[in-house]
Amino acid sequence: MKKHRTAGAWLWIVVKYVSLIFFSLVAVIPLASCVITAFKSDAEYASTNVMQLPTQWQVSNFVKAFQTANMGRAFINSGIVLVCVLAGAVIIGTQLAYVLNRFKFPGNGLIRSLFLFASLLPGVAMQVSVYNIMQSLGFINHLYGYIIMMMGTDIISIYIFIQFMENISISLDESAIIDGASYFTIYWKIILPLLKPAIVTSMILKGVGTYNEYYAASLYLQKKELKTVAISLYTFTGPMGNKYNMICAGVLISLLPALIIFILCQKQIYSGITAGAVKG
Amino acid sequence: MERQAFSLRKWVKSRKGQQTIIILAFMIIPLLLLFTFTYLPFGQMVQFSFFKMKYSTPVDKRVFVGWQNYIDVFKRKDCFSALKLSGYYIIGALFQLALALYLATILSFKTKGGSVFKALMFFPFLISGIAIGFIFKFFYTRGFVFDTVLQWCGFNLENLPYWLKDQRINNIALVATSVWRYFGQNMVLFIGAIMSVDKEMYEAADLDGANKFQQFFYIILPSIKTIVTLNVIMSITGSLSAFEPPYVITGGANGTGTYFVIMNEIAHVSQKVGLASAMAVVLLMIIFAATILQKLFFKYVFRNAYEDSEVKHKKRVKAAKGVN
Repeated sequence: MKKHRTAGAWLWIVVKYVSLIFFSLVAVIPLASCVITAFKSDAEYASTNVMQLPTQWQVSNFVKAFQTANMGRAFINSGIVLVCVLAGAVIIGTQLAYVLNRFKFPGNGLIRSLFLFASLLPGVAMQVSVYNIMQSLGFINHLYGYIIMMMGTDIISIYIFIQFMENISISLDESAIIDGASYFTIYWKIILPLLKPAIVTSMILKGVGTYNEYYAASLYLQKKELKTVAISLYTFTGPMGNKYNMICAGVLISLLPALIIFILCQKQIYSGITAGAVKG
Repeated sequence: MERQAFSLRKWVKSRKGQQTIIILAFMIIPLLLLFTFTYLPFGQMVQFSFFKMKYSTPVDKRVFVGWQNYIDVFKRKDCFSALKLSGYYIIGALFQLALALYLATILSFKTKGGSVFKALMFFPFLISGIAIGFIFKFFYTRGFVFDTVLQWCGFNLENLPYWLKDQRINNIALVATSVWRYFGQNMVLFIGAIMSVDKEMYEAADLDGANKFQQFFYIILPSIKTIVTLNVIMSITGSLSAFEPPYVITGGANGTGTYFVIMNEIAHVSQKVGLASAMAVVLLMIIFAATILQKLFFKYVFRNAYEDSEVKHKKRVKAAKGVN
């Protein structure tokens, strides 16, 4: 069945694709210019316009950037931080959600509100006094200190877990209880495996957030050998501030993991964004 | 003694006892973290705001100054004018939401290559703030990317301003980076909301020949107004705490220092912890006020949303049909 299109419908199609192409270009051009520049030699970078394609695609900038910013070490640090923060956040987050969702006890609502209220406090403002606490705990310039601070569960992942748990039938718990299972066994053997999709979603969101976090990292991980990938880029400020062919290479290296995750897990990322959005 | 120990053991084994134990065991760590990194610093911040002190000042050497820090927040030129800069970010955020809503609407209709467009526009959200800083420092440098693109479009380089130095334009340039970063994320969020609208309504409207504008105003917008309003209000709160673009791109130079950039400098460079805390508390008060207003606003706007939503849905479909 072929629909006859009116002039209005054609106009709509033109407007639609023009806007999509225009805004996709807006999103891509800053990145594309970075890619072009990252592959240029010093001489070519100095003599040609930034949007002109390189005659020879050089990878030497990537090597130089990787070494200058000590990114090998930074990737190891970021890896350690990610694994620990995600493992910790998932365990305490699902446990908290399990207790809040499955049991009625005095203070249940209060605890939910405490987490909700905490999400209203802007992070940058809080660091003024969190810094003081990190200092008195001796957490500054230790990876574990930063990890523990980052682990604190945020309302969004708790919300994702609770929402998902509401759809796990409570009769599963009940029949396990009749079989003599303890509450921990129910959490560990029944709830946790069923929560897997929610866990993946929240891990990706939290993972990207942790990988990209730099304000707290720049405050609490000041030693050279503790730098994460996000703050290793700071190396390029100062005297190297205008060697943009190398800087762009460094930027591209740093966003590669996010790009890979995005290509592999687009669906989970989108659903995480949507789930986190309706928390109000 | 014997009897008590026995009953304790019995209690531990009972369902009630088991419940209590699991509740305590599973909540202690998250609550401890929440207390240590949110509520304790919150309390300290309020306390610090009444003192003149550095981080290193021992407790007994801190000087109590009463409300002086708060008075300073409003008297110091840098603090108060920084608050006004939020206006730029609020306007930027509203533009960003409108753009996101527009693109989400487009993409929720059948579109060739829709998922590619969606991915391209969303990806900036996954880049770290510091990387975005470098990308846009490069982007806005005189004669570089942005200027080149504008020259392609026929502009003359001599007529273009210095995007990061010219005080008439630099805040707009910075706000644009924030729009660039977040519009795709907002768009994905709105697409999610639009997708949850009953598909049959579009189909019915389509069959009856309602055009896209009618579908948008009579079906889509009413169905997702909750999430739109929520995001408008959240973006205003977010704009008050704008931090990243000026922090990483200009470092707050040339009149681009937002409230948080100034606060960060006062706290960690000049170490006036008391004043910085007072600044933080003032901003938190504004944010709370905004949040309470939001709650009241919601109550007012949606006071009878639930009871007659069914009726409205039917009306809407009818209206979408009827206008044609």
